[in-house]
Amino acid sequence: MKRLILILAAIAVCAPALAVDPGEMLKDPALEARARDVGAELRCVVCQNQSIDDSDADLAKDLRQIVRERITAGDSNDQVKQYLVDRYGDYVLLRPPFNAKTLLLWLGPLGLAVAAFAVGLGYYRRQKRESLPPSPLSAQERQEVERLMKDRN
Amino acid sequence: MKSRLAYLLPVLIFVGLLGFFFKGLFLDPKAIPSVLIDKPVPNIDLAALPGRGDTGLKTEHLKGQVSLVNIFGSWCVACVAEHPYLMKIKAEGVVPIMGIDWRDDPAAGMAWLQKHGDPYLRVGADPAPGHASVDFGVTGAPESFIVDKDGRIRYKHVGIIDDRVWKQTLLPIIKELQK
Repeated sequence: MKRLILILAAIAVCAPALAVDPGEMLKDPALEARARDVGAELRCVVCQNQSIDDSDADLAKDLRQIVRERITAGDSNDQVKQYLVDRYGDYVLLRPPFNAKTLLLWLGPLGLAVAAFAVGLGYYRRQKRESLPPSPLSAQERQEVERLMKDRN
Repeated sequence: MKSRLAYLLPVLIFVGLLGFFFKGLFLDPKAIPSVLIDKPVPNIDLAALPGRGDTGLKTEHLKGQVSLVNIFGSWCVACVAEHPYLMKIKAEGVVPIMGIDWRDDPAAGMAWLQKHGDPYLRVGADPAPGHASVDFGVTGAPESFIVDKDGRIRYKHVGIIDDRVWKQTLLPIIKELQK
């Protein structure tokens, strides 16, 4: 039991693996925390599916440093991200922005779900209508049927 | 007729998707379109490599003539492969090549040029974290930009310049811009 607690404690203490090394960190913990927030949302343009905080690439390291320089110089988080978007495009953001170009990306799945629901509903209604018993004949139709039957006999 | 169309629709959608996937097979996921095309070159003021005899590379040097800006580094393996072709371009004298020695020790960059030959008119040192190169939106070395007479970036080539890239892509653009 004691050993289990020790193991669990050891796991809990383990920090998530980051590429950020202590030498890069800012002295001010609040600014460093902001740099981490920004870094986690920026794509490493060399490795593509990692954030610059997760990547060991040299360029990611440089970008981490530049993010810290801009934050220290007084930029807001959005200004830092915009600084890199101006140079690398929306591509550098791990979370794509919502604009005319990405409309389909954001709303496509929702649109497909709505379309599927509409088709399903239409199908259900048609099935229901077809399974109803036929409506009774009108007086005129009944007369017509009787006339035809008489002719046959 | 209507019901036949309804049966055909999934097939058509499938064929359409197939087309997209087939095209996707031949797309280069590493190719990131530059957002800087047709924009003015960034403001740079880079120091010279020690002992090279120029005054470094500034924004004003990229105006007045069409130039090829080449990002390299003494640490860059692919740059060694590209280098002889840059020497050839220099020998032909079609366009001045400006170098940016990216995230490099300037002395190491200079030694590298002395060893392999120097195809550049001017070279600016951009040691880590490479502010100037980030301003150019550089993702790796080598990378080259065609800058027009007004100092606007007109084309970006990622990777090595070889005979095919030069003759089919870069040279025609440069000739057109030089008119």
